[in-house]
Amino acid sequence: MSDVDWINATLTAARAQAIGALLRYFRDLDTAEEAFQDACLRALKSWPQNGPPRDPTAWLILVGRNAALDGVRKRGKQVTLPPDEAISDLDDAEASLAERLDGSHYRDDVLRLLFICCHPELPDTQQIALALRIVSGLSVRQIARAFLVGEAAMEQRITRAKARIAQGGVPFETPGAVERTERLAAVAAMIYLIFNEGYSAGDGSARAELCDEAIRLARLLLRLFQTEPEIMGLTALMLVQHARAPARFDAGGEIILLEDQDRSRWDGKLIAEGLALIDKAMRHRQPGPYQIQAAIAALHARAARPEETDWVQIEALYVALERLQPSPVVTLNRAVAVGKVRGAAAALDLIEPLAPRLSGYFHFFGAKGAFLLQLGRTAEARAAFNQAIALANTPAEANHIRMHLDRLMRDGAPAGN
Amino acid sequence: MQYAILCYNDEDVVWSWSKEEDAAVMARLGVVHERLVKAGKLGPALRLLPTTSATTLRKSDPPLVIDGPFAETKEQLLGFYVIDVADLDEALGIARELAAVNPGGAYEVRPIALYNPDRRSGA
Repeated sequence: MSDVDWINATLTAARAQAIGALLRYFRDLDTAEEAFQDACLRALKSWPQNGPPRDPTAWLILVGRNAALDGVRKRGKQVTLPPDEAISDLDDAEASLAERLDGSHYRDDVLRLLFICCHPELPDTQQIALALRIVSGLSVRQIARAFLVGEAAMEQRITRAKARIAQGGVPFETPGAVERTERLAAVAAMIYLIFNEGYSAGDGSARAELCDEAIRLARLLLRLFQTEPEIMGLTALMLVQHARAPARFDAGGEIILLEDQDRSRWDGKLIAEGLALIDKAMRHRQPGPYQIQAAIAALHARAARPEETDWVQIEALYVALERLQPSPVVTLNRAVAVGKVRGAAAALDLIEPLAPRLSGYFHFFGAKGAFLLQLGRTAEARAAFNQAIALANTPAEANHIRMHLDRLMRDGAPAGN
Repeated sequence: MQYAILCYNDEDVVWSWSKEEDAAVMARLGVVHERLVKAGKLGPALRLLPTTSATTLRKSDPPLVIDGPFAETKEQLLGFYVIDVADLDEALGIARELAAVNPGGAYEVRPIALYNPDRRSGA
């Protein structure tokens, strides 16, 4: 790793905290972003010569703030500036700023920055794009590539999202306990959205890297909110799911189902971290949706072979999840566990009532087809699989179902149905 | 003389490395490790998971279990080596070699008072 790589990693790591602090100071997202950008350019020039500062984040905040203030003065704009501490020596100022940074200020800065990306009026795709641009610092081109859209279109999407936020105003007051919890929940949901964008793509694609970024953001959030069991749960959930990435697709890009995956290819380090976080979360005895989903993922991870999977426990966890967060998708997932424990007929009974609400959902028809197939109702299975193909989100999903269909054609033909 | 080399670095930075950067650092460290093993100087070495996965037991009465690492610091303890060397100069030399291939942070070189080898059966 060269100096430049190290500096880039440092800038990435400091970004959320630095922009968050600059946003508190300037109360304007564009100014904060530009100030940080300016500080980064100066860091690239100064650090290789003078060595890295003792506290890179504090350095970036201070230099960024001064640069932006200069800019404001030069443009001769009449703006109300926050009280300016006299800065004679950068080192001293950096040290005192670093001390002040350790307070809770800092946590709320990062939380605020993430939270403004979760504006309820912004559609999911805009929230994600905005967070990746502002918080993660991905270039518009990188984000466009991840979403498979043109650069101009992505630029427009981000600009529009920023305008929305500016209209709504940034919530600057320090949040109370209840508000902080609400913000954390919104931010957790947004991070999980980023993860799922990456997860739905195959390994190796530009979009798959969003999983790593979501995990990085979750670890960052957890470092600031060490005692939040749901943030532990979210982080654990993503870690354990992401651990399977090397085994989820075959060389041709086709989906490999959980039970068919080569478990020796799962990433043991990610699983260990995930399991440790679940254990920590459980001690709090405040179950939440992320913790339960993480616990389910952990039961899969703990089974050395698919036959050893504790489906009874998994079903019980889905029941708990349904109670906390009722949704037809959760019930569909429970049905898969029911299918393993009590058979396909019981599973089919459970999902029949979901049909009206999941009529546009790929996995509903995939699961339904699989249950029907197990029961030997091949004609109905074929109809369900065909519907699934029509609703597939990715070519890999469609191909996976086609594989079932091919097998059906092959094995089903002699039966003459 | 046995020394521990305690590895401190900003974990936000270390966990911001891309997979490729991480693999490159580990590969270069591997070369140094290999040389130390051959010279009979390297004992156990370990890399720790992020401090977010840590739990701390405060030895108060009654003991208090706290989420997170023992201390909130700018740079965190991310791992350590045990080395067997003649003196501090040699220990610092090894730390220098490691530092040359692993950017950022600091190595604390500290003599070991008591060393219990792994005594699990089969270890």
